[in-house]
Amino acid sequence: MTTVRADALLDRLGRVGQFLWSGWAGLAGLALFAALWQAGHERYGDFILPAPLATLAAGLTIAADPAAWELAGQTTLRAVEGFALAALAGAAGGLAAGYSPATMRLARPILTVLLGVPPIAWIVLAMIWFGSTDGTIITTVLVAATPVVFVGVAEGAVTRDRGLDDMARAFGAGPLTRLTTLGLRHVAAFLFPALTVALGSAFKVAVMAELLANTGGIGGALAAARANLDVAEALAWVLIAVTGLIVVEYTLVHPIRSEFERWRNAARPWGVKR
Amino acid sequence: MTRETTGAAPSLTLSGIGHAYLGRTVLDAVDLSLAAGEVAALVGPSGCGKSTLAHIAAGVVEPSRGRVARRYRRHGMVFQDPRLLPWATARANIAYPLRLLGLPRAERRERAEEAAKRVALDRADLDKFPVELSGGMRQRAAIARALAIDPDFIYFDEPFTALDVALKRRMQDLVIEAARGARFGALFITHDLMEAVRIAHRVVVMDAQGRGIAGTRAVPGEPGGRDDGTVYRLVAGFLTDDPLFRHIHDIDERRTP
Ligand SMILES: Nc1ncnc2c1ncn2[C@@H]1O[C@H](COP(=O)(O)OP(=O)(O)OP(=O)(O)O)[C@@H](O)[C@H]1O
Ligand SMILES: [Mg+2]
Repeated sequence: MTTVRADALLDRLGRVGQFLWSGWAGLAGLALFAALWQAGHERYGDFILPAPLATLAAGLTIAADPAAWELAGQTTLRAVEGFALAALAGAAGGLAAGYSPATMRLARPILTVLLGVPPIAWIVLAMIWFGSTDGTIITTVLVAATPVVFVGVAEGAVTRDRGLDDMARAFGAGPLTRLTTLGLRHVAAFLFPALTVALGSAFKVAVMAELLANTGGIGGALAAARANLDVAEALAWVLIAVTGLIVVEYTLVHPIRSEFERWRNAARPWGVKR
Repeated sequence: MTRETTGAAPSLTLSGIGHAYLGRTVLDAVDLSLAAGEVAALVGPSGCGKSTLAHIAAGVVEPSRGRVARRYRRHGMVFQDPRLLPWATARANIAYPLRLLGLPRAERRERAEEAAKRVALDRADLDKFPVELSGGMRQRAAIARALAIDPDFIYFDEPFTALDVALKRRMQDLVIEAARGARFGALFITHDLMEAVRIAHRVVVMDAQGRGIAGTRAVPGEPGGRDDGTVYRLVAGFLTDDPLFRHIHDIDERRTP
């Protein structure tokens, strides 16, 4: 038994190591990006593109201010609310479409229309409907993020292995059991990447909508920075938004996904592992 | 001979089964009845509809015509391909039908390990995912999955094709043992007449176009009571003297231009 536990521990340590390694690689990529940024700064000067370190300093100043945290919290809350609604609506719709071809045929043109309307138009519409309130932001996020989740989940549901369904049926599983033990488990592998993308776009769209609808949050702060022609502060806010996204992605999305993809990693030879 | 369909209530009765895929008829007017505890080997050329018939009998596919009457308690099934859940370990795969039965986790684990032992799967392999197993191990996991629920009837669809000779014999002995102890009856699909004659009470030959059963032959003696020489002589006899078996091997040759 002790050997089993030691093995499990080693396995987990190995996965933590892999995770850290991937973080290391990510850091190297960011460093390269910062180098390019610095080069741009030296070429175009402070006004157009402040230095990365100056931006970082501005970001830290903002981060030290409790009022700024409130703004960031406001944006996060709106983005997450819209994202949660989009995840629910997209997952439910995607499942329905994946399991019923008739629903899929109905949903596809609607999806095309939704995707065809530029987000900016949705912001204008939502502003007319809801005024400068949270509702505007959440609606815009919902409309932007739902199709991503829908398509991911529908694709997962369509590509499920019907052979496994038959196997479960042979062992007496009803439709609901087949959905919960096979369908959802298969769809989860498609759901998580879709959720990552949806979360990213939720944040971006929330900031954009805040800026245009002038409803405070990070977007409002960006609008203020633009009005003051304060490029360093604008960039600092961008930096904060991106940092928030990266933190969420690496502490939440990646660990959950790697737990779901364990069997896929098992098939990979050592050198190719992420 | 006592197991002819005239005896006790049959465990499985297929009457007038017909099936069509997308308008193309693959099965028509198939009647077959298995006595309780009987192991019947179903043979026939590739593509004649054996798997389809087994799927219909097991309730996986709804037949277009005909009726299925099952009088056993619970069946297991070994498919032609392993059909393991790729995201679950071998142990969880074997325990999957137990999970469907709603058994508690500890008991599932215990029974899965016991079933794995019966098919000679190593304990160490039980923590692996299907992608990490060899083809034969996957097939054995699928067999263990069918055994784990302690069925009194099993559908075997060419279950031992990926196994080496020794393992194949061992698995055949498992079926023979079960048949002798009346642990389960079985419908055993195979291409291998030697295998059919070795393990079955009766060999059922399917029509090459799926138009019913071409005929059945009771195999003299009991499964497990026939030594290799007897099996060999029986198969040779079937192939040379019996017109029923004339078409089960030459179908493909006829089709090659
Ligand atoms: N899901 C399906 N959709 C359409 N046609 C199918 C399907 N499954 C089987 N068929 C067709 O039905 C016929 C019988 O197939 P089946 O798998 O029952 O044959 P089989 O006797 O088991 O062959 P083998 O010995 O090669 O396994 C074949 O012609 C096959 O093309
Ligand atoms: Mg087949």
